[in-house]
Amino acid sequence: MLIMPDIETTAAQLAETLKKPKADYIEARLEESQQSHIIYRGRELESASQSTAVGGNIRALVKGGWGFVSFNDLNDLPRRIELAVKQAALVGKEESKLAPVEPVVDTVAGKEDGPLNIPLAEKKELLDEYNDIIWRTPGLQTSVIGYADSHQKTIFLSSTGSYIEQPRTDITLRLSAVAASDGNVQQAGLNLGSRGDFSPMRRLHQKVEEMARHAVELLSAPQVKGGEYTVILDPVLAGVFVHEAFGHLSESDFVYEDDRLRQIMVLGKQFGSKELNIIDSAAVPGLRGSYKYDDEGVPATKTYLIKEGKLVGRLHSRETAAKMGEKPTGNARAINYRHPPIVRMTNTYIEPGKNSFNDIIAGIKEGVYAKNWFGGTTSMEMFTFSAGEAYMIRNGQIAEALRPVVLTGNVFTTLNNIDAIGNDLDMNQGGGCGKGGQYPLPVSNGSPHIRISRCLVGGG
Amino acid sequence: MEDILAKARKVAEAAEVFAVAAEETSAQFETNRLKHIQSKQSTHLALRIIKEGRLGYATTTGMDDVKNLIDSAAETARFGMLAKFELPPSTPYPQIDIFDPTVETTPIENMDKLGQELIEIITRHTPEILCEAMVSKETESVKLINSNGGRAEYKKSVFSVGIMGSLIRGTDMLFVGESRSSCNPITQPKEIAGVVIRQLELAKNPASVPTAQLPIIFTPHGVASALVPSLVMAFNGKTVLQGASPIGNKLGQKVFDSKISLWDDPTIAYRPHSRPCDDEGVASRRTPLIEQGVVANFLYDLQTAALAKTKSTGNGDRGGGLPAPSPSALTIAPGQTSLDDMVKDIKEGLVIEQLMGAEQGNILGGDFSGNVLLGYKVESGKIVGRVKNTMVSGNVYQVLREVTAVGSRAEWVGGFLNTPTLYCPRLSVASKE
Repeated sequence: MLIMPDIETTAAQLAETLKKPKADYIEARLEESQQSHIIYRGRELESASQSTAVGGNIRALVKGGWGFVSFNDLNDLPRRIELAVKQAALVGKEESKLAPVEPVVDTVAGKEDGPLNIPLAEKKELLDEYNDIIWRTPGLQTSVIGYADSHQKTIFLSSTGSYIEQPRTDITLRLSAVAASDGNVQQAGLNLGSRGDFSPMRRLHQKVEEMARHAVELLSAPQVKGGEYTVILDPVLAGVFVHEAFGHLSESDFVYEDDRLRQIMVLGKQFGSKELNIIDSAAVPGLRGSYKYDDEGVPATKTYLIKEGKLVGRLHSRETAAKMGEKPTGNARAINYRHPPIVRMTNTYIEPGKNSFNDIIAGIKEGVYAKNWFGGTTSMEMFTFSAGEAYMIRNGQIAEALRPVVLTGNVFTTLNNIDAIGNDLDMNQGGGCGKGGQYPLPVSNGSPHIRISRCLVGGG
Repeated sequence: MEDILAKARKVAEAAEVFAVAAEETSAQFETNRLKHIQSKQSTHLALRIIKEGRLGYATTTGMDDVKNLIDSAAETARFGMLAKFELPPSTPYPQIDIFDPTVETTPIENMDKLGQELIEIITRHTPEILCEAMVSKETESVKLINSNGGRAEYKKSVFSVGIMGSLIRGTDMLFVGESRSSCNPITQPKEIAGVVIRQLELAKNPASVPTAQLPIIFTPHGVASALVPSLVMAFNGKTVLQGASPIGNKLGQKVFDSKISLWDDPTIAYRPHSRPCDDEGVASRRTPLIEQGVVANFLYDLQTAALAKTKSTGNGDRGGGLPAPSPSALTIAPGQTSLDDMVKDIKEGLVIEQLMGAEQGNILGGDFSGNVLLGYKVESGKIVGRVKNTMVSGNVYQVLREVTAVGSRAEWVGGFLNTPTLYCPRLSVASKE
């Protein structure tokens, strides 16, 4: 049998080949990963599984055209480089433009192999505790718990001399409780994540209990009447809102070759009030979107997207930065070796303001308080996001629980309608972002409580 | 593979090895021109064992470390569920044509040309539109062997074309698009371009609707985005077994309008979701799910079927992990009414092509609520223009119980769903204007 070389040996050989590139630029990524999954459905553990993967890719740029080859078989890489270059040459008819970056040679330390050192039995014991709590709740029909951890080691090399070794560990835990009666089925969920630290998964007993109770409560909850409301979003949902409503629009690959969109997204344009500041930063350590270098070998940065309500920055790959004449921000990310890096968010958040929750809710005669998330999506102009929990607000007080609500808006008006920002920033680590067939990419997002006037809510 | 099976058999009472090898090449267009060519070679190997009665599972991408693969599977088997089924012995499979060698041999130059032609037709109609497109070809070899003598092996080819156009005027954005896939090469851009051009025509003028209860027509794309996610959950044998499906205890009962029939069918020739057997080696068959409004069946894999004391419907699907029930390709039976007649019947209402975010609510309960990403206003029997800033909400079970008419022509959406247009008497519409 043909034995495959390990990724370090392969990388060393590649480094030599890449010194004489037959393209304007070539980069390679090699990757080893391990994953484990535990799924509970109902009372019982349904499946436990483990997987390993080894693979890589080559990306070549010739006259502005890209060729990309991904593979699991690390043998015969010169032939794969040739194919990537040939493909790029077939595409390229312009001039290659990449923002210059200093070549980096670095081995990033990885102390975060935490979950790998915890035996499967211990993880199972913890999940058993949570499942017991869910099943102790009267009126519950069933539950689903999904736990996953992964550890990835990547080596990035480029024809300009970069050689970066980076580890990444990611943990996710999703719990949901389902209540049912007479064909009426309701669910409540809890989503968590961590960039390697297992301890946030441990202290969730009270939250799990609340989640299970809420699912049962929803059976008798009314649906909101559709229409425009003053809406308060909790930090988790406001984080999803900032990600969907504005974050995606600040990804330059949507903008850089589209003249009309460039006119709309011109720097200096007013999007919101003076109190509104939106940031994306992979450079904050320890969050799920954090890293030292992106997947083009560009160091992570902290980027203000909105400062005092004005558009001041956007997220770039080396190509989008060069074509827009701006600085690279280190936001090119690939979910794994099977995909080329594209412009992505990392940790995206609204900076805290001055208001307490009481300031924000006081004075709302009728409104909706939306918490927690099911999901969100965007078409650039329009976005929707859905709340896992919702309550009516009546006369400045949280009132009856509602069925989960879907909220929608237009990015060009909704940011302007944020009229109060809280002082209680919290980051949501439980999400995963999808774009261009790459899902779920670990990201985090966050915000303090925010109030939005005239927000469209779907309902019965 | 035989070697892995033999070694796994030494530590477990039963074992199954499943392998997929795939080669994919795509031409990707951005801002109306070719931008990337990508080739992806991949191998996936999955080992499922039954050890001391329990299921263990591990996967890898190479054949190098067989020992680690077997050890991993054995470790997970300590915690796995009790296996209630037997791996299927050698069985005959239906002959289903899903491989066309001319997909593999289609030169990248032809794929480039097809994409260029598609974009040309659309930009000739609307010069300021910016298109993203993808033309891709893939061949996949699937092989499965188990310790009961079961064995399956097949090759599949898939050719896909997709296009999305965006038209920006001021801060107003319009998105149009269409995609097609087949096991044969797609060579004609005209039909796909025609769909996109029709969307552009219908969306030309702005229109608005009031916040009210209004009649709604879901086009095939609309059906896919608003109604199908809930049905997929509800007919999954696992959801039923857990008691979380609203129709789980309604087998044999009339839950939907008698104009509604739905089935799963992986046996149609040259369809990308067709296959001779599922990912556990159970033969493919057509499974009726709704017969004239009556709940007829649910979809099962081996383990779920055994727990539910029924038989697998050949819907064990891996999707990267352990097999789980999943539809292969769903069909909603066409009816009698043309789209024109539906539109003529409406005084004030909506045609919905794309409902954004509809799958993010309580889909288990059948509730959906989404922003009309692409939809048209109907006024006095005519489509008058495109609506925006509008949300439509409802419940799938209510919609399919009260459906007024079913379209006379079914279309494929995304390779996974073949459906006609559906016309509903009233749904809740919330609008900003």
